[in-house]
Amino acid sequence: MEFLVASAIGVMTAGGIYLMLRLRTFPVILGISLLTYAVNVFLFSSGRLTVGAPPILSDGVSVYTDPLPQALVLTAIVISFGMTAVVVMIGLGAFLGSDDDHVDDPIDDADDKAEGTS
Amino acid sequence: MNHWIIAPIVLPALLAPFIVLAARYHIGIQRTLSIAGVLALIGIAAGLAFQVSDGTIVLYQLSDWAAPFGIVLVADRLSTLMILLTAVLALFVLLYAIGSGWDNRGRHFHALFQFQLMGIMGAFLTGDLFNLFVFFEVLLIASYGLMIHAGGNERLRAGVQYVLFNLIGSTLFLFALGSIYAETGTLNMADLANRVAMIGPEDTVGIRIAAVLLLLVFAIKAALVPLHFWLPSSYAEAPAPVAALFAIMTKVGAYAIIRVYTMIFPPDLDVTAGLHDLWLLPAALLSLAIGMVGVLAAKRLDRLIAFSVIGSMGMVMVSISLFTPEGIAAALYYIVHSTLAGAVLFLISDLVRTGRADLNLTPQPPVVGNALTAGLFFTGAIAMAGLPPLSGFLGKLLILNAAYDADLMVWIWVIVLTSSLISIVGFARAGSVLFWKAHSIEALEDAPVHQRPAALSYVAVGGLISLLVAHTVFAGQMHTYTTTMASQLFAPEPYISTVIETPGKLSIPSKEDH
Repeated sequence: MEFLVASAIGVMTAGGIYLMLRLRTFPVILGISLLTYAVNVFLFSSGRLTVGAPPILSDGVSVYTDPLPQALVLTAIVISFGMTAVVVMIGLGAFLGSDDDHVDDPIDDADDKAEGTS
Repeated sequence: MNHWIIAPIVLPALLAPFIVLAARYHIGIQRTLSIAGVLALIGIAAGLAFQVSDGTIVLYQLSDWAAPFGIVLVADRLSTLMILLTAVLALFVLLYAIGSGWDNRGRHFHALFQFQLMGIMGAFLTGDLFNLFVFFEVLLIASYGLMIHAGGNERLRAGVQYVLFNLIGSTLFLFALGSIYAETGTLNMADLANRVAMIGPEDTVGIRIAAVLLLLVFAIKAALVPLHFWLPSSYAEAPAPVAALFAIMTKVGAYAIIRVYTMIFPPDLDVTAGLHDLWLLPAALLSLAIGMVGVLAAKRLDRLIAFSVIGSMGMVMVSISLFTPEGIAAALYYIVHSTLAGAVLFLISDLVRTGRADLNLTPQPPVVGNALTAGLFFTGAIAMAGLPPLSGFLGKLLILNAAYDADLMVWIWVIVLTSSLISIVGFARAGSVLFWKAHSIEALEDAPVHQRPAALSYVAVGGLISLLVAHTVFAGQMHTYTTTMASQLFAPEPYISTVIETPGKLSIPSKEDH
């Protein structure tokens, strides 16, 4: 199971980074979403992987799962969900306003921005 | 338990929804509430700063749960200085936003402003890494709204870049938190400091990766080269008062580095030896150099100021990365200076902007109120470039002095002095093109008539400059205070024992009822 979870995180991270480097709003947002999935699973596994164990003290149980990562993941999910919604709205506004969905600066004023921005 | 320490977070958190819900269509009421809120924040922050100035650590346990399990807020000298600085900066920025009418060019400026303050205050006060993440997100999500306030295609494009970059940063932060939790099983800073010290030398891979990931996250916030790419566009395109408030946001990154890398991963810790103590200084020197070269190369005033912010952050980070009490004390003195100077310059760029077609550094007819604006710019540029008599000069002297015993002393002195010269040339060029050459240009017949900036705008800029002057005049007292602050940071035992050993509810099974 460790291998499965680890490779799932790895594949999602790789896919997310690849999509983020595409420099168009839609793939970049998809890439960031993939990356947040990866990080959520990663946070889960930071409390060690246990199957079928209760997180709360119960009678006659000796193996527990760590409840804190689950709380952390819940917070992370809520925040990343909200952030994705915000970036979709801002990206949509930028696209509708300038009819261009590039994330990087446009070529024609590259001269103007050559001082250090990407 | 002293409840005042949570007030800087709760007050804006309540005020912001109140402004949205009750005063939505009344800009006058919004302004009054916002100013009143910030004034109250200054009072509270000053009270807290006074309370901890004798070296006490004030702890606040939310719901009275004891430390590693519950969430805590901690106020010590460093965090109260930062919240006081934030509140004072916020007041002048708000005055400027009201005076220039920026707050009325889009909706919900004041509500977002309050949420932003809540996030910044929370980030400074929290004693827990996960809550640091949460407050980073609060301040970021408010800053997204402020950044694209008043709209416009250019601003939206820069806004998308800014949001995406910060989303990546947040994801990285979560990865760092996950690996820290996997290694130590806690996220409370004081508890972490204890547990990281227990990690044996043979088992350091995970914690080293976590320390570097965390440093990367804070370096993104502090716009350290090569992670600075988000800053120039977003600060240049953001509305000027917002950019001025953002001057404190890079300092949140610097604050987090100071806090985490003096307490959790102190420089003499074997587990993380050879990481940040080795690599932070070259990166900081590089940011200083690139920032100041950018000042010289910029073709627009707002971009020039954005690069000077990168340069001054480089300066701060050079001093921090010495990781000595003298270095941290100098850095803290310079942080206050650089926040005020950066904010002043962004506000002045808006004063220029109101009287001009654009901010390109090309000769154009004189701006309205040329003499006064030019004088203010001159003062701001002197402060930022670090010329005598203002506090930038003293700050640089302190940093050079702190670096005197460092291994890379020659490099530090050469780069700091050369980059100062370059930035002086850059600012002088910008100032002479903007204000002097303008006198030889005739205004076109049909040129639009520009309005004179409101008096309140000048009051805000003048207020910030007078703070800079005060920071210079009282440099002795200020430096003594930052020195005591640095010694408190390098002796974190009282902080750790206060956080860990203060009992909360249920921590001692007692006979009394709870």
